[in-house]
Amino acid sequence: MAQVNAAFLSKVITSKEFNATECMDCGVCTAVCPMEIDLLPRKLFHCVLLGLEEKVLEHTESIYQCLLCKMCEANCTANVHIAENVRFLRTYIGKEVFKL
Amino acid sequence: MPLPTGPVIGIMMDNLEKRKSVFPISGRQAVKWADSLGIPAGGETVLYTGSMYQLLPYMIAAVNVMGMMENSFLGRFVGLGRFFNRIVNVSSIMFMPKPSDQKRFARTIRDIARLLLQAGVQFGYLYKDDLYAGALAFDMGADRVFAAHARKVYAVLKSHGVRTLITIDPHTTNMLRSVYPTVIDGFDIEVKSYLEVLAATDTLRPLRQVENDITIHDSCVYARYENVIEEPRQLLQRAGFGVREPEDCRKLTFCCGGPVESLFPSKAHEIGKKRVEQLKNAEGKGVATMCPICLATLQQAAHGDLMIDDISRFLVEAFCEPEEKGIRARTAGKRGAP
Repeated sequence: MAQVNAAFLSKVITSKEFNATECMDCGVCTAVCPMEIDLLPRKLFHCVLLGLEEKVLEHTESIYQCLLCKMCEANCTANVHIAENVRFLRTYIGKEVFKL
Repeated sequence: MPLPTGPVIGIMMDNLEKRKSVFPISGRQAVKWADSLGIPAGGETVLYTGSMYQLLPYMIAAVNVMGMMENSFLGRFVGLGRFFNRIVNVSSIMFMPKPSDQKRFARTIRDIARLLLQAGVQFGYLYKDDLYAGALAFDMGADRVFAAHARKVYAVLKSHGVRTLITIDPHTTNMLRSVYPTVIDGFDIEVKSYLEVLAATDTLRPLRQVENDITIHDSCVYARYENVIEEPRQLLQRAGFGVREPEDCRKLTFCCGGPVESLFPSKAHEIGKKRVEQLKNAEGKGVATMCPICLATLQQAAHGDLMIDDISRFLVEAFCEPEEKGIRARTAGKRGAP
């Protein structure tokens, strides 16, 4: 069962880099993704904003599949910094999971 | 089964920390492109390759090895490989580049330098101190490794008294121009892409007529991160080429797939094939890329069905003397080899 991780949530809230709260859930990002990753970025960002760390880590592979090409960002009407948000998650995983 | 993400990234980050580059690259090979061009060492304005074009032959070799390991039991041993790579430089044995790849990527850098020389731009080169800028570490979110490396690179640049960098690929341009200032206090070096430098000059004149239409493949990083969109078009047109636009172009260009090639080779090739179809449909005589990763990925996806080359190759064809003649003219001038 999914569980909120307060420490993870606090890192997201205090981060200047993660700005997915602006998302209007329109789905353009998913529609234009060259990788056709249906999870990214909307659903994943919802999990992040809810502090569901375990759920986020389940999708580590998708997070690293992102090309950071910014096609989603170029089409985002809410100006969400999608690529930077994905990079924020990579930084978190790199530090906490891969111990880079 | 995909390759284990953590150990694969770990190998590259360990290499960057210990060996100053994500893939082990021979120092002699990295600077070989400059042979006999007589580019002075150092200077306030330097051509900065960031070793990206030089790294590509090693990346191609690595991707071939990774491709074989993907979906194979061998993938389970990548973790062990990382352990040994920290002690012995295992990646230098596993990822042996093809000499033909080294030659063609070196030729691209040489073409770029020749274009700048032809335009009368004065610049030096840092030779062994022309270090990788760390784009892969940044993209992978290895912020600690990246920041330490960026400080190292900046210290080297300052020790040479560099004030302006002329970069030759989008990833190095983006790192040095947009990312370094966010991690290094007081970063004060001006960074320009050679495409911007050449487009701003009025000294390049076509020496021969070229009449082909060329399809342009915008790099995601140049177009969406650095807003370098008009310059390559202006240069191709000034050279006499017609410019054809593929279905997704300019700010909405379609990625080549290269950025995920080291972790997900199969997925990267699927994206590359999609892009090649779009480029084919534009019906240009050739395709011009402006990033070494795009060039390698798209050439591989096209399987020789489409003539894809770096934009510098097309520009040299129009703006520069054939190489032998050009070198003789320069060596008769004042420029001295380092």
